[in-house]
Amino acid sequence: MKTRRDFIKISAAGAGAATLGLSSLSWKGVSSLYASNDRGPVSEEEMTAHSTYCEVCFWKCAGWTYVDKKGNIRKIIGNENDPHCNGRLCPRGTGGVGMYNDEDRLKTPLIRETVNGKQQFRKASWDEALDLVASKMAEVKERHGPEAFALFNHGAPGSHFKHLFHAYGSGNEGEPAWAQCRGPREVGFGATFGSWVGSPEPTDIRDTRCLVLIGSHIGENMHNGQVQEMSTAIDRGATIITVDPRLSTAASKSNYWLPIKPSTDIALLLSWIHVLIYENLYDKEYIGKYAMGFEQLKEHVKDMTPEWAYGITTLDPDLIRKTAREMAAASPSVIVHPGRHVVWYGDDSQRERAIAILNALLGSWGRRGGFYFKEAVKVPKFPQPEYPHHKWDWKDNLDGKYPLSAMGITTELLKASIPEFNYKHQIKSWIVAGTNLPLTIPDKELFKMAAQSVDFIAVVDTMPMDITAYADVVLPECTYLERYDYIRSAPHREPSIALRAPALKPKYETKPAWWIAKQLGERLGLGEYYNYDDIEEVLEWQLNKLGSSLEEMKKLGVKKFPRKSGGLYLQDGEDYEFNTSTGKIELYSLEFEDLGFDPMPKFTRHPQPEEGFYRLIYGRAPMHTFSRTSNNPNLWDLMDSNSVWVNPKVADLWDIRNGQKVWLQNQDGVVSTFPVKVRVTERIRWDSVYMVHGFGHTNKKLTRTYGHGASDSELITNVMIDPLMGGTGMRGNFVTFIKEKPIEEVES
Amino acid sequence: MRYAMAIDTKKCVGCGDCVVACQTENNVPIGFCRDWIVENVSGSYPNVEVELRSERCNHCDNSPCVRCCPTGASHVIEGGIVKVTHDECIGCGACIQSCPYDARYSHPDGYVDKCTFCDHRLAKGQTTACVAVCPTNCLYFGDLEDPNSDVSKALKNRSWKVLAPEAGTKPQLYFLT
Repeated sequence: MKTRRDFIKISAAGAGAATLGLSSLSWKGVSSLYASNDRGPVSEEEMTAHSTYCEVCFWKCAGWTYVDKKGNIRKIIGNENDPHCNGRLCPRGTGGVGMYNDEDRLKTPLIRETVNGKQQFRKASWDEALDLVASKMAEVKERHGPEAFALFNHGAPGSHFKHLFHAYGSGNEGEPAWAQCRGPREVGFGATFGSWVGSPEPTDIRDTRCLVLIGSHIGENMHNGQVQEMSTAIDRGATIITVDPRLSTAASKSNYWLPIKPSTDIALLLSWIHVLIYENLYDKEYIGKYAMGFEQLKEHVKDMTPEWAYGITTLDPDLIRKTAREMAAASPSVIVHPGRHVVWYGDDSQRERAIAILNALLGSWGRRGGFYFKEAVKVPKFPQPEYPHHKWDWKDNLDGKYPLSAMGITTELLKASIPEFNYKHQIKSWIVAGTNLPLTIPDKELFKMAAQSVDFIAVVDTMPMDITAYADVVLPECTYLERYDYIRSAPHREPSIALRAPALKPKYETKPAWWIAKQLGERLGLGEYYNYDDIEEVLEWQLNKLGSSLEEMKKLGVKKFPRKSGGLYLQDGEDYEFNTSTGKIELYSLEFEDLGFDPMPKFTRHPQPEEGFYRLIYGRAPMHTFSRTSNNPNLWDLMDSNSVWVNPKVADLWDIRNGQKVWLQNQDGVVSTFPVKVRVTERIRWDSVYMVHGFGHTNKKLTRTYGHGASDSELITNVMIDPLMGGTGMRGNFVTFIKEKPIEEVES
Repeated sequence: MRYAMAIDTKKCVGCGDCVVACQTENNVPIGFCRDWIVENVSGSYPNVEVELRSERCNHCDNSPCVRCCPTGASHVIEGGIVKVTHDECIGCGACIQSCPYDARYSHPDGYVDKCTFCDHRLAKGQTTACVAVCPTNCLYFGDLEDPNSDVSKALKNRSWKVLAPEAGTKPQLYFLT
């Protein structure tokens, strides 16, 4: 956290005033990272503004990139007409400048070669690198079929490579967004309301009277629109209830904080459902009209009283009752938030079901201050031939496991890459575009084994992320500030589109992902799928169909369209058919029952840490996105490392001081590669420790962030898989402290 | 005219956006800052409270930094904004020592730098860069003498505090509590 002062010693109780972190008063890179030739600000009139939407996270806020006369990107400002950001970018969007300026960026294509028995990268021309990747793709297609080439992807670059893979004939693609993030909530809400939550979440926070967060740390996860609306809700006096073993920032803003024992959330949710039903507080008209399965639910939760939940969650039964009544008093203007990263304990789809059921009882789906009906602009597809039919994909390897997985499961693609797993269909090679797998996927050994097993890996990225160390070919992508991408069309209250246009030509020898994918496609004889010279032609064609143009969008940045799907909310007494098999909100899930799963959520006890071990909880910091921003000079300056949060009682027991560096060792004996600073704080329970995800990079080419902090991902070796959808539950790992340096420095 | 800022600690999430926006707007070098975040934790688990606040120069009515400046580089302009004329500053650092808020830093080019309340933006009718960017809308800026300004309205309806009132500097940052 950015602070002027050095660390101030925290009092023995761990409380008192503290400014966090250390200001990075390093001179490193100063000369290159600010425009020293002019000292002051430059007025906007002397700069040119270029439309963009942000790629630092998935919220994709639209903004303007300001370029001065010397060709420096000076700042990025939010687009006032954009429903995602309302003219206000978050620190990462504002700091997107650093992504362009980072001198550690990938600069040229690289090819792995062996010289005197030592492997190293050498610079290569684009032609050579593209020829090599295309030849590998052609070879795999001929020997094993195109399906044996897999794509791991995230964000805008992913969309261009998905097109390439579909044209090439492979449906084997996976992104961490499903099995490492939000899959369970889509399954849970889908089974209940017949609709995914989707992104951005259609939570009507600005108009809510009660917001309930279950481990969701809005404000630390800087999902811009939600942070803004939570602030509006605070202004309007909404009641906020936060359930979290840690006093998160959101918890500190809440009227009620429920410091729950980790892994017991379903017990709390069921007891809340019990109170709503047995105190007759639920929305009877709404349930009567729209829902099925109420009587079964009532019977199911009969004994799940707050007193029952107290023994499990450690939460005061009176507090459970009181908060249930608060929700009911605000109903239907209440949101029990689905959360976003929800792969925790392997029963996550069922926990999300409990959240969805709670929302149903409160009548909040399709109601003002609850969940609105979202709508997106349908962007017409540029003319192209049909994609070829692929013979198999990741789902055919599962033999009926994870029946509700709707997107590729990254970990399953990894297992299919390892011959020892004996999968029916094997993966032989990968392209990885825009996702840093070693710091994203739990069970690093599985990843390493898979990476060693495959014949060939090409990585497309802007930075020398940890994944590039495993690449045979590295293809350097330019940043979002230097390229066009597809039109942004995301669901919201008002449908809108946004344009990303380059502010400057690509720096170094970097290229946009659309160009890289097109070059590969043409080399593979797939030219008919690339019936254009420049992506501008595609965008112009699509925008014309929508009644706009590139010229107009360059001026507007964002264009809104009228809704076509009806109102934001259910009308009084409106007949409405939900997209479930019964057309009703399913409190009792027939879909789950048919597949052999519990039709109503049950509480299961999960293992607790043994003596001397603490549950590893991880989360986000508002200035960083996953592991991808930690080397960004502007954002690194705000926060240059994570720390491990330790309760003062635990710190006393271990004689660990605030600021002391320790190594963490997990239940399977895995020790963190790097030490991490201890933050002694009353904000965390004594049975848990907390870390911000995304630090502990092992690639020395990331000169700022290399070796700073510890990676939570490498300590997550116990993975609890959600049987419904393949999500990788990651909250069942326990760590202990090692105070002396345990091993030799690991070579990266 | 008397410019002032109110910071709503009930809404600030400590994201640091104000810091980056100031750096890019004012060309503040990486490694330095004109505004910053403070987190205060009190109590013990589970009865814990956290206060987050965005801090910067208090543009004091009674500013020790201006009084102690040997060259007159530190001065006060219209609206009570405390500024430093970079070309007149010899970088002696007396002002840095005198400031109870630690609001000034030595710029690598040899002068002392600090928050200007973005007077270059105010001149064009814009608000400061930090206020304009804040995702939680927790910063209120304006003229205290204008009862309809954002800052006047924010202060009218809420309780507030200033930092280090005992220093007698009459600071003009107000923290809504």
